[in-house]
Amino acid sequence: MSFINYSSREINCKIVYYGPGLCGKTTNLQFIYNKTNPDLKGKMISLATETERTLFFDFLPLALGQIRGFKTRFHLYTVPGQVFYDASRKLILKGVDGVVFVADSQIERMEANLESLDNLKLNLAEQGYELEKTPYIIQYNKRDLPNAAPLDEIRKLLNPNGMPDFEACATVGTGVFETLKAVARAVLSDLKQMSK
Amino acid sequence: MNDTQLVMYDEDYRKILGVIQKLVKDANAKGIFVVDRNGQLIGEAGEMRGIDTTSLASLTAGCIAATGGLAKIVGEEEFPIHFHQGQRDNLHITLVAHRIILVVIFDERSSLGLVRLRVKKAGAELAKVFEQIQKRSEQASAGGGGDAPFSEITDEDIDNLFSM
Repeated sequence: MSFINYSSREINCKIVYYGPGLCGKTTNLQFIYNKTNPDLKGKMISLATETERTLFFDFLPLALGQIRGFKTRFHLYTVPGQVFYDASRKLILKGVDGVVFVADSQIERMEANLESLDNLKLNLAEQGYELEKTPYIIQYNKRDLPNAAPLDEIRKLLNPNGMPDFEACATVGTGVFETLKAVARAVLSDLKQMSK
Repeated sequence: MNDTQLVMYDEDYRKILGVIQKLVKDANAKGIFVVDRNGQLIGEAGEMRGIDTTSLASLTAGCIAATGGLAKIVGEEEFPIHFHQGQRDNLHITLVAHRIILVVIFDERSSLGLVRLRVKKAGAELAKVFEQIQKRSEQASAGGGGDAPFSEITDEDIDNLFSM
């Protein structure tokens, strides 16, 4: 749910990075945080366990610039990927404006990807949202690993509807900003459609 | 996707600011923050300017969301009032009209009893303001929401945002 503030002339949108455990959601946010001009970003918050697994969420506020005199701000969140944190994932999805599904390209993680994607659809549906009608981008992460599944196979499995998708290697940043820009663009286009 | 979009105009902001500025004095508070349930800061008052309000808003919303989830597990609808006691400062968090979070930070110059008493009245006033905002949003969305700043943006506007 975007928040349009005429008083401060700001528009705030919420983007959630979803995906199975250890797929690289937090790494995406960390890369964005490290590479963004300090004037454009706020503090990154990670509510994580002692072993640096996301416990509740990561949060990164970003300012993208002005559009028609309104400052556009994006609040990026990740969910905890581990299966048993489902209650937390549901909470974080509340009020979401756009979703990035980060898939783990490794062949042995395909089942986990599918399970997480089903979980995303289910959790969105619980709040009356449909994934197909939500600004949504898929990122195939870890493309650099030797055991990464062929792209066309992952696409067939995770993206049968041909949603916008990107290959990535979040540890070095490949595809990270492309993904962010695509989801931000999708959210803004959706806002435009909604206000027509 | 943005069926419950929150649109706040200057007059709304002034009303909200009026309520929380009064609350700062009435409750002897250090700082007061109004946060949307989704983690967006709506307004602030008091002497705590300069703190990281974006993080404060996001974490407060996370806190309310987590305890809301706990409430459902034990069969409650919500836990609308939270109190966190620190060594120096204390946090009083109230959920107003199921939508807005009122955060009051206070120290030894005030007391929990006073804060609770004053928050009750201010919360009711804030609820009225947000009821009006909600009503207007619903009317706007029923009528197509044509006055939103995004109704006239072009694809080039969006492209320009990323060309910087």
